[in-house]
Amino acid sequence: MSHLYSPFITPSATTNRMMLNVVIALIPGTLAYAWYFGPGVLINVAFASLLAIAIEAVVLWLRQRPLKPYLGDYSALVTAWLFALSIPMHSPWWLIATGIGFAMIAGKHLYGGLGFNPFNPAMVGFVVVLIAFPKEMTTYFPPNELATQTLGLVDSLRYLLGLADTAQWDALTSATPLDHYKTSLGMDLTISEIRQSPLFGDFGGVGWEWIANWWFVGGLFLLATRTIRWHIPVATILSLAAIATIFWLIDPDSTASPAFHVFSGGLMLGAFFIATDPVTAATTPKGRLVYGALIGLLIYIIRSWGSFPDGVAFAVLLANMATPLIDYYTQPRVYGEVKDDET
Amino acid sequence: MPDGPRPQRSFHLHKFHGGLHLEDHKQESTARPLQTASLPGQLVLRLKQHIGEPNDPLVAVGDRVLRGQKIADTPERVAAPIHAPTSGIVIAIEDRPVAHPSGKSDRCIVIEPDGQDEAIEFRPVDVGSADRNTLLKHIREAGIVGLGGAVFPTSAKAETAAAHPIETLIVNGAECEPWITCDDILMRDRPEAVISGIRHLQRILEPGETLIGIEDNKPEAIAAMQRALDDAALDNTRLIPVPTIYPSGGEKQLIKILTGHEVRSRHLAFEIGLLCQNVGTCAAIGDALDRGEPLTHRIVTVTGTGLREPGNWWAPIGTPFAHLVDLAGGFVVERPEPIMGGPMMGFEVRLDAATVKASNCLLILNRDHRPEERECVRCGRCTDVCPAQLLPQQLYWYSRARQFDKAEEYHLFDCIECGCCAAVCPSHLPLVQLYRYAKSEIREQRRKAWKSDRARQRHEFREARIARQKAEEEERRRKKREALAKKKAAEGGKKPAKTDAADAVQAALERVKARKAAQQNTPKNTDNLTPAQQKQIDEAEARRRQKSTEGDS
Repeated sequence: MSHLYSPFITPSATTNRMMLNVVIALIPGTLAYAWYFGPGVLINVAFASLLAIAIEAVVLWLRQRPLKPYLGDYSALVTAWLFALSIPMHSPWWLIATGIGFAMIAGKHLYGGLGFNPFNPAMVGFVVVLIAFPKEMTTYFPPNELATQTLGLVDSLRYLLGLADTAQWDALTSATPLDHYKTSLGMDLTISEIRQSPLFGDFGGVGWEWIANWWFVGGLFLLATRTIRWHIPVATILSLAAIATIFWLIDPDSTASPAFHVFSGGLMLGAFFIATDPVTAATTPKGRLVYGALIGLLIYIIRSWGSFPDGVAFAVLLANMATPLIDYYTQPRVYGEVKDDET
Repeated sequence: MPDGPRPQRSFHLHKFHGGLHLEDHKQESTARPLQTASLPGQLVLRLKQHIGEPNDPLVAVGDRVLRGQKIADTPERVAAPIHAPTSGIVIAIEDRPVAHPSGKSDRCIVIEPDGQDEAIEFRPVDVGSADRNTLLKHIREAGIVGLGGAVFPTSAKAETAAAHPIETLIVNGAECEPWITCDDILMRDRPEAVISGIRHLQRILEPGETLIGIEDNKPEAIAAMQRALDDAALDNTRLIPVPTIYPSGGEKQLIKILTGHEVRSRHLAFEIGLLCQNVGTCAAIGDALDRGEPLTHRIVTVTGTGLREPGNWWAPIGTPFAHLVDLAGGFVVERPEPIMGGPMMGFEVRLDAATVKASNCLLILNRDHRPEERECVRCGRCTDVCPAQLLPQQLYWYSRARQFDKAEEYHLFDCIECGCCAAVCPSHLPLVQLYRYAKSEIREQRRKAWKSDRARQRHEFREARIARQKAEEEERRRKKREALAKKKAAEGGKKPAKTDAADAVQAALERVKARKAAQQNTPKNTDNLTPAQQKQIDEAEARRRQKSTEGDS
């Protein structure tokens, strides 16, 4: 007879379900992405997911771990999906393979698999390809409503497989709003001049700002299902908005508005889906706030004074590094604990 | 409800961190009124049913015992005797499976009831004239222990606490664990016994105020207790309904809710002027002093999805669990899982084990397939619900890695093992089990360290003693040598010393000779002799001398 122990109440939540919730919450934003920029992103997501699951299976086999429970935990799917959403909407297969390979092998399994990785695997993979393939990683296409010609499903597939004559499409590429903003500022243009560009919508970029809204909706779903807690996204967004407000008030002519910062780039996706990865985030209640605020601060610093237009990935990875420190210094006061206890 | 004669000041309740809103499953066992359990074929009474010193049996196999007769005790202070719950014959004193998480066996007195239920004469205590020590003595003699689960001897607890000024006596009727309703039923059916016990405790402890905390999911119990309290008109005693949230019935949590105070880590409640007693314990005190009856019965909730007719039974302590299952109509599930206590803090028991004083509930669940354990993803749900405000996932990490010093640093010993963390863990980790393991490992290490320290100290003492003795011996010898050398030197100063020494030797030899001669010539018992006797002796002496001269030649 197996010896049983208390409590005899089985938790209704499971880690699998939490991971699945993340995938579900990504669907509206992903569909919006495809709506505004064409089906390329769907191909990226599908290819990255298949590859991630295949790599996971091989590594588990090499590590002599049971395949079924680990493959069924959706964590590879979440990593692949977040990676695919972070890279340009049309990316060659080898870029995805490199990123996913690094994410799954170096970012996850070399540390011992799910639960043991100190860095967000998707961001590890993303940063590797960002540094290794700067040209491909800055080849973005404009949203459909601004594009002269959009890539359909077949063209997107050919782009992925490297069968397309990319030179033919070079003329179609366009900077992302954050990129455009950064280069224009470098040319001493004022914010009002920069915002004349058709790339910009009400807050952020055309298309991008609406995708951000859908990430927000997905984030609300995660909060409602208690998959994530409010601390990290709220702290991230508020911290970035607060810092942006300070600098914007000082110099509104050459500094982007807080709304632009919040609705641009990877901020919404980062705040609700990437920074909240529980394995790599701070876990004490106060620590989550510190961790989120640190990410917001780092994003602003990198966007404003770094060499990359967006900084979510680096900010998250740097905050991951600080996680043990944050957790150590934000331990809650235990019941009956007296600070400066002499005993 | 009309207010009493005293103006009721509004009461401010405090909150403790975390906790869980659980399905309470109380109505399953409260739907039926309290029943009296039939006698089982055998009553199996464990010799030790309390925390403290073990008991020795006071009866022998074959003895007939009466209800209320003391059958096991010890002279130690921190202990509680055992009494026979009915009349019958002691048929064995042997190891039997007991209600323990390990499923181990322990010494038990087995009584075969004779059905007469013949009792000893119970003598109620005249509480009005008895002093504190007399009351405490009676409580000890009645075998009362904390019936909330801790089973610490009540007399010892109250005696220690009485030495401190007790500001607030807290009576715990929260009963926060799902399924368990024995305290609820007790408060509904016998509130006057509880109130009487409270009155006696007030005499012993003289608290400034008394607060009775009952979870607000027990309106009938609250109403019954309030009526009994109004009838008794106890001074400065209030019934406070508390919000239903697990684990509000934990001593530390109830103290926080009612007073806002926190018992300091590694300290006890009476150090901040508080004392907590369970309502069941209070009723037992009431019965012991008002009727002179020792603790031989208690209410046991027999409930769960696995039983046909759940309910509460007034059952003799020592009733085998299998008998309780029969009383509740038997199993209705394929794979019954018997648990003593509630689903949060109870433990699995064997059905051939029997109830003890701590047995508040026998819970029968269906043995479900337990979901597979996964890796901790640090989601932090455990942190959110922990009533001790610990970081369970850090404790998990360090306990698993056997980094016990780190686990202690993260306040492992402040864990009250309530099970909240494990009840919400999406990775289904056996967290409480792991903390228990880490605690026992640390205790074992401490015990070993203490033992080896003591052994080392002993060894060092021994070494030191030997060294000291050696040094003393050496010193003594040195002094002797020095003295000798001095003497020699002094003698060397005047020459005739040698002749002096020779004379001394000569004198000594002469003294010895004289003594020998005297011994030979003066035999004993030869004083005051009659002339005839003297003559006889003289003759014998003459013969002896002659013989000895003959022998010499």
